[in-house]
Amino acid sequence: MGRTKNQPEGGQAPVVQRVRVRYAKRGPLRFTSHRDFARAVERAIHRAGVPIAFSQGFTPHPKISFASAAPTGVASEAEYLELGLRERVEPEALCKALDAALSPGLDVLEAVEVHTAGSLADRITASRWRIELPGVSDDQLSTAVAAFVAQSEVLVERLTKQGRRTFDTRDAVAAIEAVPSQTSPPGVVATAPCAILDLVVRQVTPSVRPDDVLSGLRVVADLEPSAPHSLRSARATRLAQGTLTPQGEIVDPLEADRDPVAIGER
Amino acid sequence: MRGESVFPQLEQLLPLISKPIQYVGGELGAVVKPWESATVRWVLSYPDAYEVGLPNQGVQILYEVLNEREDVLAERTYAVWPDLEKLMREHDVPQFTVDSHRAVGDFDLFGLSFSTELGYTNMLTELSLAKIPLLAADRDESHPIVVAGGHAAFNPEPIADFIDAAVLGDGEEAVLEITDIVAAWKREGSPGGRDEILLRLAKTESVYVPRFYDVDYLADGRIQRVVPNRPGVPFRVHKRTTMDLDAWPYPKKPLVPLAETVHERFAVEIFRGCTRGCRFCQAGMITRPVRERSITTVAQMVHEGLEFSGFTEVGLLSLSSADHSEIGDICSGLADQYQGTNVSLSLPSTRVDAFNIDLAQELSRNGRRTGLTFAPEGGSERIRKVINKMVTEEDLIRTVTTAYSNGWRQVKLYFMCGLPTETDEDVLQIARLAHNVIKSGRQATGSKDIRCTVSIGGFVPKPHTPFQWAAMERPEVIDGRLKALKNEINSDRSLGRAIGFRYHDGEPSLIEGLLARGDRRVGAVIRKVWEEGGRFDGWSEHFSYRRWVDACAEVLPGFGVDLDWFTTREREQSEVLPWDHLDSGLDKDWLWQDWQDALTEYEQDDCRWTPCFDCGVCPSMDTQIQIGPTGRKLLPITPVNTGLRVPAGA
Repeated sequence: MGRTKNQPEGGQAPVVQRVRVRYAKRGPLRFTSHRDFARAVERAIHRAGVPIAFSQGFTPHPKISFASAAPTGVASEAEYLELGLRERVEPEALCKALDAALSPGLDVLEAVEVHTAGSLADRITASRWRIELPGVSDDQLSTAVAAFVAQSEVLVERLTKQGRRTFDTRDAVAAIEAVPSQTSPPGVVATAPCAILDLVVRQVTPSVRPDDVLSGLRVVADLEPSAPHSLRSARATRLAQGTLTPQGEIVDPLEADRDPVAIGER
Repeated sequence: MRGESVFPQLEQLLPLISKPIQYVGGELGAVVKPWESATVRWVLSYPDAYEVGLPNQGVQILYEVLNEREDVLAERTYAVWPDLEKLMREHDVPQFTVDSHRAVGDFDLFGLSFSTELGYTNMLTELSLAKIPLLAADRDESHPIVVAGGHAAFNPEPIADFIDAAVLGDGEEAVLEITDIVAAWKREGSPGGRDEILLRLAKTESVYVPRFYDVDYLADGRIQRVVPNRPGVPFRVHKRTTMDLDAWPYPKKPLVPLAETVHERFAVEIFRGCTRGCRFCQAGMITRPVRERSITTVAQMVHEGLEFSGFTEVGLLSLSSADHSEIGDICSGLADQYQGTNVSLSLPSTRVDAFNIDLAQELSRNGRRTGLTFAPEGGSERIRKVINKMVTEEDLIRTVTTAYSNGWRQVKLYFMCGLPTETDEDVLQIARLAHNVIKSGRQATGSKDIRCTVSIGGFVPKPHTPFQWAAMERPEVIDGRLKALKNEINSDRSLGRAIGFRYHDGEPSLIEGLLARGDRRVGAVIRKVWEEGGRFDGWSEHFSYRRWVDACAEVLPGFGVDLDWFTTREREQSEVLPWDHLDSGLDKDWLWQDWQDALTEYEQDDCRWTPCFDCGVCPSMDTQIQIGPTGRKLLPITPVNTGLRVPAGA
């Protein structure tokens, strides 16, 4: 008999609108891995009734693409994804529906229709991070930052999927500063010092993550928190992602699409 | 302060361990209530890893039923992996709930659901991390009441020293009754302390409190008798049966985790109980009678559950799903309703019957075609009569051939090894059967591109089944049979290439057998194994046979018994079994007769279609079979997608 492989009837509806979304990973849910988040978004899209478009083929996949995701355990106020839709929606309504369909802590902050050319990834060249370091004093951190900045290369090691790799962390760092800890957030135990690092890192290959920079600080200045803290329990938050301007500002990747008239290109 | 979150301490440890997401909660459907808002506070646990425990239906149902009550708070806890356990001990972080990260020791009641006995060591880890004394006798008013449930609770004797109480059977109504009793006692100012509340529970006759029973032994190690040591405590404790499942349509709001778990689907139980009468099947014996959910309730649950959860897969669960009186209409009706959507439907437990292929065809209309599994359980016609699995070889070949002809290229066949009266020949017959399946399949399809997988599980005799008296086979005999079977399958290279072979070795089954049919003396073995590092015994990479054998050798001789005594020894009719005072409704004389029928290869029909065979359950539990057909049909529904669901007030 020899049946031919079962193929779905007809094709999938085409994409009629693309929407880019900024979302946050906050509090305990910063421990959501990218894989976990991708699954949660897919379900939230169904719950929220988002008219997502699907890829062609025998096992169609929803048209969702993610920009570089923050590492597991790192909080973020600026993660991005793009949705391909088979029906037009009001981006603001999509933002609210999707946010309501996700657990509190995975918060959808903004949705913008895409009018311009260029992928999300093209518009992301750097990230700003804020790192809380319990057990580290302001002086300790300032000294370490000064030592780091004085170097032209700071090599660190990390275990990657390809094995142990050594790479430079200094060159990727566009800005690094110890922030006075009077600004430390509520909830941090007052008795223990908690220095805060403000960091702008360029997107490079292999990627330099906030914990790599901490390793760098340890390499150049033996930065080590007092017991029982460790550098691994530092709390990092991505504050912004986008294009790094020569002035050192980060322009977020939705900016170009917020006001299509002003851009004047389609 | 009681009920305070331990998250700040836990948070420090999470960057240091694998898969921290499993410990932070945040699931859809999770309920967080203020500590002071509740009179009675439950913590529920499925004592295995989060990825296995979270999808557990029993815990999800009780969690929802309890949290629907305004004055009740229920949270969940799971077994933590050894990496986190070590850090929690070092940093003095207690066993916590995933919902609000409260310390387990702060709650009033600690309910543990055991679907397998291999979770016992994990219970000890949870108790110890919660700083609850391991022995029930050492606890006071400040500690939660530890309650065991689930199928293993039908013989909780091996864990009798560690639990305060056990509930047999369906939990929906039982947890609410226990809650009411505890609430009343607390309102009165907790008179009489722990002893009094346990006594009040015991007097219901449906909560078993081991400390109120004394076990006497004969000189040869057998049990002489089990008797209450308190006035007002019943001689026998009865199982609970929830009737009218349409009145209990849970879960309504299934938990949807962020972490990946073993079942990523919305499961609807389409009926409870089974009277097929497979003699090895404890689930079928202890959940009688059959109670169906109606076609309309099933459809409504599917609809609402999908909308709530965003899952795209639905499992229609039961012990033998194709036996629902309206399964044909359920499958075609749901397939109609979800045609053209990305929702896929599956029917996990099916019997060997061509009718199932029709159902599977209906369910795979949306394009996704999952594998088909059939469970003949025994390789030879003879052994299938012993276990009362009424499947002929012709049935099997016809069913599987139909599946191949309809486009399935892979089927899975499930068998057991180590069954009572089993010989080498019975097991080798599995190979012949698999060869015939492939031959017939190739003939029917004209294609060599078909496969089957033979999967073998070890038989474990369980309490409250006709095989509760049976001797287990020794692991080395099982392993020898499996090796011979593998050779036999590959004796024909052309056919063997198309047959996959999966099996577990006999050692874990023997330990499961010890725990399933053990008595209170086995508790000391469990404790010893746990002290020696035993954790996650249901996981082959963590299970150590050596550790169990050594603990048995150290502990059991003191009682005049040993591992063999509990496992490979056949029991006589007159022997008092450790669970005789626990009433599943099954008449012990009927079970014995069914055991004798097994030995004479006499088959017993299903009471849904033939007259009652007096297993004893319905009259003793005052229950009856609840089955359709209702005659109702599912109406087509408008496509699920009706635009964005923006919450009101957003």
